This record gives sequence, C-alpha cells and structure tokens, in this order.
Amino acid sequence: MNTEILVSAEQKKHARNVGFGYLGLAVITLAVFSRRPGDAGFKLTEGGTSLTLPAQQFAWIFGIVFVALAAAQLLRGFGKLSSVVLSLATAVFVLSFLSWATAGESFSLVGMLQDTVSRSVPITLGALGGILCERSGVINIAIEGMLLAGAFTGAVGASLTNLWLGTIIAMLTGVFLAWILAVFSIKYRVDQVIVGFAINFFALGITSFLSFRVLVPNPDYNSLVPVMPISVPLLSKIPFIGQIFFVQTIFVYFSFAAVAFLTWAMYRTRWGLRTRAAGEYPKAAGTLGVDVIKLRYRNLMIAGAVAGIGGAWWPIGTVGRFDQNITGGRGFIALAAVIFGRWHPVGAFSGAMVFALAEAVRLKIGNFDTGIPSEFLLMAPYLVTLVVVAGFVGASRAPKAAGQPYDEQ
Amino acid sequence: MKDLLKSLRYTLLALVASLLVGAIIIVITDVDALKSGDFGKAFSTVFNAYKSLFQGSFWGVRSISNTIAGTTPLLLSGLAVSIAFKGGLFNIGATGQMLAGGMTSLWVGFAFDGPGWLQVPLAVAAGAIGGAIFGGIAGLLKARTGAHEVITTIMLNSIASFLVLWLLKTTLFQREGRPDPISKPISEASRLPRLFGFLDGRVDLVAHAGFIVALLATLFYWWLLKRTTVGFELRATGLNSDAAKYAGMKTKSLMVIAMLFAGGFAGMAGATEVLGTYGYASTSLAGNIGFDAIAVALLGQSSPIGTLVSALLFGALQAGGRSMQANTDVPVDLIIVLRALIVMFVAAPLLVKAMFRVKSQVVSQGQTFRGWGG
Repeated sequence: MNTEILVSAEQKKHARNVGFGYLGLAVITLAVFSRRPGDAGFKLTEGGTSLTLPAQQFAWIFGIVFVALAAAQLLRGFGKLSSVVLSLATAVFVLSFLSWATAGESFSLVGMLQDTVSRSVPITLGALGGILCERSGVINIAIEGMLLAGAFTGAVGASLTNLWLGTIIAMLTGVFLAWILAVFSIKYRVDQVIVGFAINFFALGITSFLSFRVLVPNPDYNSLVPVMPISVPLLSKIPFIGQIFFVQTIFVYFSFAAVAFLTWAMYRTRWGLRTRAAGEYPKAAGTLGVDVIKLRYRNLMIAGAVAGIGGAWWPIGTVGRFDQNITGGRGFIALAAVIFGRWHPVGAFSGAMVFALAEAVRLKIGNFDTGIPSEFLLMAPYLVTLVVVAGFVGASRAPKAAGQPYDEQ
Repeated sequence: MKDLLKSLRYTLLALVASLLVGAIIIVITDVDALKSGDFGKAFSTVFNAYKSLFQGSFWGVRSISNTIAGTTPLLLSGLAVSIAFKGGLFNIGATGQMLAGGMTSLWVGFAFDGPGWLQVPLAVAAGAIGGAIFGGIAGLLKARTGAHEVITTIMLNSIASFLVLWLLKTTLFQREGRPDPISKPISEASRLPRLFGFLDGRVDLVAHAGFIVALLATLFYWWLLKRTTVGFELRATGLNSDAAKYAGMKTKSLMVIAMLFAGGFAGMAGATEVLGTYGYASTSLAGNIGFDAIAVALLGQSSPIGTLVSALLFGALQAGGRSMQANTDVPVDLIIVLRALIVMFVAAPLLVKAMFRVKSQVVSQGQTFRGWGG
C-alpha cells in the first residue's frame, strides 16, 4: 500500500516544521546547555534518594538525540507515534534545561512535579468546561469568570459551612454563570464571545467589589482550612511516580477522573456522539431528532459545574482564602489548553500539564544562579510553549459550529 | 447618522439599566445597613456614589481632563483589538504590545535630545513600530505555522512583561541610583503637551495630547477599513476567510497585516502612557488596559465610531469610579461590574427593549468573531 498519496501538502509542511523544531532543540541543547560544568542533583523522593546528572555530558547526549530525532523526522517521520515522540522530546528538553539551570546545586524534582500536578487542576477543569461547551457548539470565553466566581463563593461557602458544602456552592455558582451564558447565547442569540467576556468582567468586578465591601470588614467570611493531601494506598508507594501523582488532594483525583470520564463519554456514548454532532453540524443532528437546544443547555450547565469546582481549588484545595483576582488569567490559560489539545480531553489535560509545569518551573527557577538574567529563565517556559505550539502543534481545527447560534425550524 | 443615533440611544438605555442593577448591588451588599434595617442610609449611599461617579467624570475641567486621560489608552488599545476582530483574529495580546511600544518610545524619549516638535512624533512613531513588531510576531506565527493567536498572544504577554522587567534593570534603561525596576525619565521635550496647558499652574489636569493621537488613529482606522483595498480585504477575510481565499486574497499576509496594525495601535497606547501620563516606564505600565480593551472593542462592535464611543464611556466610568471610591465607601470595582452589564445589555437589545418597552427596530448585530477559524 502506498500511503504517501494521502499526505497533503499542509501535513508535509507541518512534518517539516516539526523536524526543524527538533533541530532547534538540538542547537539550544548543544550551544547553551552544554556550556556549564557541574552536577545537577535531583531529589527523587521526599526523603533523600537523589539522581545526580553530570549536566555537561547530559546535554551532549541529549543534543545528539535531538539531532537524530530531527533527521528521522525530516527523512521519514514517526507516523502514529509522532505525538508520543513529541511529548517525550519535550520532557527530555525540560530535563536538560533543568539540569543546566541547577548545575552545581540540587533541588527537589519531586516537589516541583507534585506542585505541577496540583497546579494543573484549575486549568484542566477549566479546559474540560471549555471542551464541553465548544464540542456542543458554544464558544466559552467565560472560563475565567466561572473559575473566579467559583473561587469566591467556594471560599465564602466553605468558611460559613464546611468544605463539602463550599465546593458544592462553588459548583452551583459555575452552573449559574453557565446558565446565563446559555440563555443569552442560545435563547437571545447574543454573540457568544461578547456574553462570555461580559461574564468574565462581571465575575471580576463583583468578586473584587464584594471582597472589599463584605469580606474585608468580615474576615471570618473568608478563612478556612483547606483539604489535606490523601495518599492513595499501594499506588502512592510506586517510587517517584507515586509521590507525584498519588499524594495529592481530592481535587487532583477528581480532575483525573473527570478527564477519563469525559474522554469515555465523548467518544463511546450516545450523548457524546450527539454532542459532537451538535458542535460540528447542528442542522444534521437536529434533522435526525436530536434536541440541539436542550443538549447545548445541558452541556453548558455541566461545563459550569466542572469549572466551578476548578475555581474551588484555590480556597479549598490550596490557599484557604479568596483574594482579589486570585485566578490571575488561568481561565485564559485553560482556553489555550483547549486549543492546544485540539478540543480533546486528554489533549487539553496534557496542555494543562505543560502550562502548569511552566508555572512550577517559574516559581522554582528564579533562585538559581546561571549567569543568565533570571528574567530570561522566568520567560523560558512561555518561550518553550510558544515554540512548541508554533513548531509542533500547528494549526488546530475547532468544532465547526462553535460560535454560531442555532436556528430551530 | 441615523444608525449612530439609534445605537447611541441603546447604549444610553443600557447605561441606565446597568446603573439600576448597580444600585441594587450597592444596597444588598451594605451588610451593616441590612443588619440594622436602615434602608434610608443604603439609598443615600447609592445616591452619593452615583453623584460622585457623575461629578468625577464630567463635572468641571478636572473631571473632564481625567476622563480624557483615562480614555486615551483605552481607545488606542481598543482599536488594537478591533482591527484584529475585523480580520477574524482574537488579539488578547494588547498588554504585551503596549509594553513593547512603551519601551521603544521610552528609549527615543530619553536617548535623544531633540526639540519637542521632532521628539514627540518620533517617540510616538517608535512606539507604534515597537508594538507592531511585537504584534506581528503573533500574526507571522499564525500565518506560517497555524499557531493559534489566542495561545501565542497570551504567551507573548508574559514574555513581554519579563522582558520589560529585565530591560528596566539594565544600565541603559534603569534610573541611576534606583534599585527597583524603574526607568530613566524622558526628556522634557519628549513629553506629550498637556491639553489644558493654557490654564497655567493646574498640574492636576493630566489630560495630554495623546488623546489627539488616539483620535487621529481612530480616523486612520476608519479610513483604512472603509477606503482602502487592504481594509476591504481584511473585512472580507474576517467575515469568511475561505471565500476571501477563493476570491484571490492573500489571507495569510492579511493576518500578518492585521496583527501589525493591531500591535501598532497598542504600541501607541503604550507610547502615550509613557510620554503623556507617566514620563517614565515601570512594570505596571500596561496595567489591565489590554484586558479592558477587549471589552471596549466588543462594546463598540469593532467599528471606528463604536470603539470611540465605548472608550469614552469606559474612560468616564474609570475617572468617575476613582472619585466615587474616594468620596463614598463604594469600591471602584463597581465600575468593572457596570462595564460588564453595559456590554451585556448592549449586546442583548431584546432585553433592554423589554425593560424599557421601546418600540423600534432592533439594531442588527453582526458577529464579532466567527469562531476559532483555522
């Protein structure tokens, strides 16, 4: 079988770009990372086992690996394995970056990765909320607003009642905002981007307003003890991995479960098929008897619930209080994760992990003395994301009907 | 003209509707008054808050000057989002583009020692170029690799803020004897002249000639969209990029062009802040303006006149909000809520019509942003 005929010019160009991307990583690794002698010590467990990597030799080896990857990609490509190769290459690159930045010192790799996983929660849940909406044909710019409002009501609710009720209140807040989005965009057919943004502004304004006017004079409305991490039996005993993934708060486990469940539901159930149809070609779905309007309403409310729980992560999952604009644009990062992951739950999850890693690295890396101004190290994660998105991910195709109101005839 | 009046009327009704909702919010959040059942006090709070909101935005030269000063960067960065919307792109990167433009204009502002008539235009132009280059990166990345502008502009915002932080610590930019990231002041000749400079000795009148720059930019935006081939092609691409492609338009170059202009406008917003408002640069130079700009563009439906009107409205609210916070105990954040409500009410004419029982044709609404595109 000659499969090459099926490869379009676009795909060929994309494959070439990816090849050049690997070549770029090789150049950076060989030219920059190999210039610092010294060992990088990574603490692999909370206790003490550590991995010591000779930074310079390490960079040489990885540089050569990247050259090989680039050659293989440019000559024949990796076919189905290309996304796996890509994630492995990114991981290796990040590792060589870290070993360069920390040469001569040691730091807790486990701690940083644990932090990454925890920070991925609101981005993942926000992104799942985005996917639920957009797969059924409604653009959801309002993720930021849902996260922020959820964080606020979660903090107040949990302070006044208990953590469970607080989380439920946050969830209901997300549902309420999603309902507004649904009514305006589906019923009144208002431009979805406008409603979404108005919701963001509303959430930002009202939570800041209330935080000054109500929470500051009444501090007991805004203080709670956040949940503790739970060690999963057996799984948390796995060396290295266990510490990172299975000694986490319930929010993390919920987000894992939500990704798995949504992936299954979206591709293996009747609901999923209908949702995807409503997002791609609602007329056809409507003709075949799917109630597109009802489906969109329902999916938006579920999305709001998921995003609301994501918002509750701030007060209940980590810091124990609400601060003005505590989400700080994470909702937009979640939006970026949706696009990064091409509207697929697992893709968005990996996107969320990448962005969360960028954040965790940023918080850690400022302390290292590398001879390069710390601002550039702080900038590096965003630059890497930019390169990854531009060079490797490339164009992504959105659900076709996202953004368009649906006429029921 | 008739359309303009009609849309102004809707904006006005929407403003009234959001002030009503705002009043309800003020009353129900007055915890003390609610506990004591003192509704008279709550209502007088609303009255005083709105009084100082209005006085702070329009009453007297000083208030008008504050409104103009607040409007200037909102209008320019609003244009930056608008022109991208017209070309079918979602520019979240006005913040980064403002920072880039602010820094280049700053450099011209302190590095050269020319006369004012040369320095000011040169520094503003440098801001436009700096912003355009920065905005162009996102356009180029999208055109060449398909990388989505929502991701790239968000990432570029962070990159710009770290870049500025670093630049402000270099010997070239950092003010002598200062440990914190704050720039050298620009030369006196490079400062944008004050609009009310003829009123001698009034240093509190902060409005500057950046407003005139912003008005000229709006005029340019109108001319570009309505009178040039590029503008026509840009609008065609924004409405339906496939059709534009079939009609032989170079949609990829148009993406880059749209982002170059967008960055240019935002860069000028940064420039007017540096040259007019501050006279130096700091990391908080762009503030939340890039984010507010999106609301300005959405409210104005990306049209030149709409963007102007909504920037003025937002600028007035901002100026009034500050005096509201100073004179009453109502936080300035109420302004953000009011802005959100106005955007919502303007976007949903059916709702406003129902509230005020207006009997007239609904202003037809186009879609701002046609999905995520390819």
